[in-house]
Amino acid sequence: MRHTTPADGAGAPSLETRSVDKSFGAVEALKDVSLTVHAGRVHTLLGENGAGKSTLMKILAGVYVPSRGRILLEGKETVFAGPRDARRQGISVVYQELSLANNLSVAENIYANHQPHRFGIVNRRQLLLDTRKLLTSLGITLDAETPVSDLSMAQRQLVELAKALSYRSRLLLLDEPTSSLSHSEVDMLFGVMERLTAQGKAVIYISHRLEEIMRISDKISVMRDGRLLCTLPKQDTSLDELIALMVGREMRHLYPLRRAEPPVAGPPMLDVKGLSFCGQLHAVEFSVRGGEVLGIFGLIGSGRTQVMKALFGIRRAAGEILIDGQPVLLRSPADAIAHDIAYVTENRKEEGLVLGHSVTRNINMVYFQHGGARFGVVNASAEARMTRDALSRLKIRTASPEQAVGELSGGNQQKIVFSKWMGLRPRIFILDEPTRGIDVGARYEIYTVIRELAAAGTAVILVSSDLPEVLSMSDRLLVMREQRIVKELGTAGLSQEEVMSYATGAVSA
Amino acid sequence: MIPSKPEVANTGNVAPVVSGAPRRRSAGWVKQYGGILTGLLVLVVLFWRLSRNFMAVGNLLNIVLQVSITAVLAFGMTYVLLLGEIDLSVGATVALTGTVAALGLEHGLWLWIVLPLALLAGLALGAINGVLSSLLSIPSFIVTLATMGVFRGLAYILSAGVPITVENERFVRLGNGSLLSVPLPIWTLLVLFVANQFILSKTVFGRKVYLAGGNPEAALYSGVNVRGLRTLIFMLSGLMAGISGVLLTARLYSAQPNAGMGYELDAIAAAALGGTSLSGGYGTVTGTLVGALIIGVINNGMNLLSVPYFYQLIVKGLVILAAVGIDVQSKKHRS
Ligand SMILES: Nc1ncnc2c1ncn2[C@@H]1O[C@H](COP(=O)(O)OP(=O)(O)OP(=O)(O)O)[C@@H](O)[C@H]1O
Ligand SMILES: [Mg+2]
Repeated sequence: MRHTTPADGAGAPSLETRSVDKSFGAVEALKDVSLTVHAGRVHTLLGENGAGKSTLMKILAGVYVPSRGRILLEGKETVFAGPRDARRQGISVVYQELSLANNLSVAENIYANHQPHRFGIVNRRQLLLDTRKLLTSLGITLDAETPVSDLSMAQRQLVELAKALSYRSRLLLLDEPTSSLSHSEVDMLFGVMERLTAQGKAVIYISHRLEEIMRISDKISVMRDGRLLCTLPKQDTSLDELIALMVGREMRHLYPLRRAEPPVAGPPMLDVKGLSFCGQLHAVEFSVRGGEVLGIFGLIGSGRTQVMKALFGIRRAAGEILIDGQPVLLRSPADAIAHDIAYVTENRKEEGLVLGHSVTRNINMVYFQHGGARFGVVNASAEARMTRDALSRLKIRTASPEQAVGELSGGNQQKIVFSKWMGLRPRIFILDEPTRGIDVGARYEIYTVIRELAAAGTAVILVSSDLPEVLSMSDRLLVMREQRIVKELGTAGLSQEEVMSYATGAVSA
Repeated sequence: MIPSKPEVANTGNVAPVVSGAPRRRSAGWVKQYGGILTGLLVLVVLFWRLSRNFMAVGNLLNIVLQVSITAVLAFGMTYVLLLGEIDLSVGATVALTGTVAALGLEHGLWLWIVLPLALLAGLALGAINGVLSSLLSIPSFIVTLATMGVFRGLAYILSAGVPITVENERFVRLGNGSLLSVPLPIWTLLVLFVANQFILSKTVFGRKVYLAGGNPEAALYSGVNVRGLRTLIFMLSGLMAGISGVLLTARLYSAQPNAGMGYELDAIAAAALGGTSLSGGYGTVTGTLVGALIIGVINNGMNLLSVPYFYQLIVKGLVILAAVGIDVQSKKHRS
């Protein structure tokens, strides 16, 4: 789809690493990585969860010091004293994990490190002015003064992007910047990336969404087990080849096949009637049957997560929730769990995990309260079994079950958020961006688990901004826009374009 | 460890769990307590060399005896700190519950009424802290700073400002008697240590404490009633303070309204020395016990060496600073 004429200087090496190693204690995260990124190009890093992509990014961002090897910036060897130093040398970064201060406003976050000031006193008017100008130029509709704690994950990701783009840098590092974003925001980002490369800047891009990679990349480097396997120009390769290189085997299907017969038309297991709360949800009504996968799609701010939080007892909303035809009162997550509702949250760092606690502890975070204990005493061997099952089933890459979850790669952390609920055998399973940051191979496993649960009679609600994912996984799809459900669609033969037209409001229902 | 052979890596890269676990657990134990146990050992050897009386069995028992009251308080404090909260009122609770017990005995109540009464008083005082901080969302530092004054004032009012002598034989034996030539407060300490260690490491309740302290929001989303848990924890801390109050009153043959002054700081210091994080989620009562012993050893050793009290304060402060500093730094560099 891109791109027109390379700008001046395009093609000259912008950044190189020579034989870079990085280990954390006994863990060798990077081995002998030599990468060359050229000016005016989008260079994509592809690899399974835990392959070492983020570690490489953090070395280039001055966060980690390589154990061995050299870094060359425009041909000159350089050492980064720290993230500030790397930024001064023209490198800006969007990290995989959000790094915003929740109590500060959008503007204060974007200009956290270079607020316009006079004699040390922040010039607030200038700050807001600059922020609004930047956001408008990027086509982001966000109020500069909103505190970040009020924003959705996708909106926070946009703030991270704006923050990185607020510096004039020659190299932009993007570590899964689109994992919560949907089509239109991705288009916006790709527009910006094309503008930057046309100016001769280089971009390193990481994503597990393969169709994005094929769209935007100029070159693609595949990483596996901390090594750089190969670097291919986009036009010389194909999706199938990339997947095979990445996971080490052919993958015939990205999604498990659908069941032959559609789910039996029984009475609804979950019935939601007139769910509203002031200004944030308008009379949301839908129902899910046992055995059914209901997809919910919507753009930023469409209210998807708010609905899920109401269903899980976190938000109190007006309206009625019925389970098996009986009205239920869900005042807290404990109430919801007592009704066998499980909820994979979209914000793993804040709502999902205790980063400093071990892998075992996190996997059993729910299980130890439900089933994994007898007479109030935790059953350690049952927990060890749960852990072992989760680790092998979802291919979670960890040095040991006692390793702190915060030391795992982003995708592996996400797998743990998912496996938390496996001990509960939920009857109603709510999934909010369940595959955020997970690689194709492990996604397939997660999809298989979802299908199995549905086949066993669980009602699944799948919220995702990954359109191919919702289309392939759901039996029925609800499209949300501006805090309402605007359309219900059967997914057989449904096209992405049709869904988008309802989501953006181009077609009214 | 990532296996370097690619064929192993492709099968999912999971380290063997069963064979590796025991070795790792012992390594974890050394990692967790190695530093602080070494510290305790160094202090013991130091005082042994400096003072001939230090290593006498009588003196060692005396150290543990002196430690027992603050250590019991510190166990309660460990729960509170694990949740990321703080309880400054425990010293005052010691005085108030001791006063309640002594008054009960003075009015001729049976011992088996007085003991539960004192412990219930501790629970109730803790419940006040808990309800104020979790239901009204007032930070526990403020709540317990306030109740510290209130409880202390109540102790003065109830006792009319003077010590209440206790004459009940069986009651004072709790603080001064022995079983198998080990003082009863030490037995109490041991029983409570084992019980709390079990609760924190093995029970659902204990695991909820770590979870809610490590990340309250994730705990909530996993179905933990975080507010309820917070109230319970303050009650537990009050209960431990009630036990300390009984022990101290029995030991001194009297309840004094100014008893336990500043004990809350010793309890916090013991827990912090033992590796409990003041922001919640990490720590054990084993660590706390060792921390309390370190403080006891320093106090006792310096007394034997006749170090003037003012210098003792300085030394104690510096040791705490150094120990926690080393602990924090070593944990940071490990990752
Ligand atoms: N601070 C750390 N301490 C210990 N191990 C670490 C640390 N950071 C990363 N690792 C390990 O290094 C390896 C590579 O991690 P990295 O985050 O670079 O993977 P990634 O390719 O970005 O994966 P993902 O697609 O899941 O984001 C993993 O095995 C991870 O557990
Ligand atoms: Mg990563």
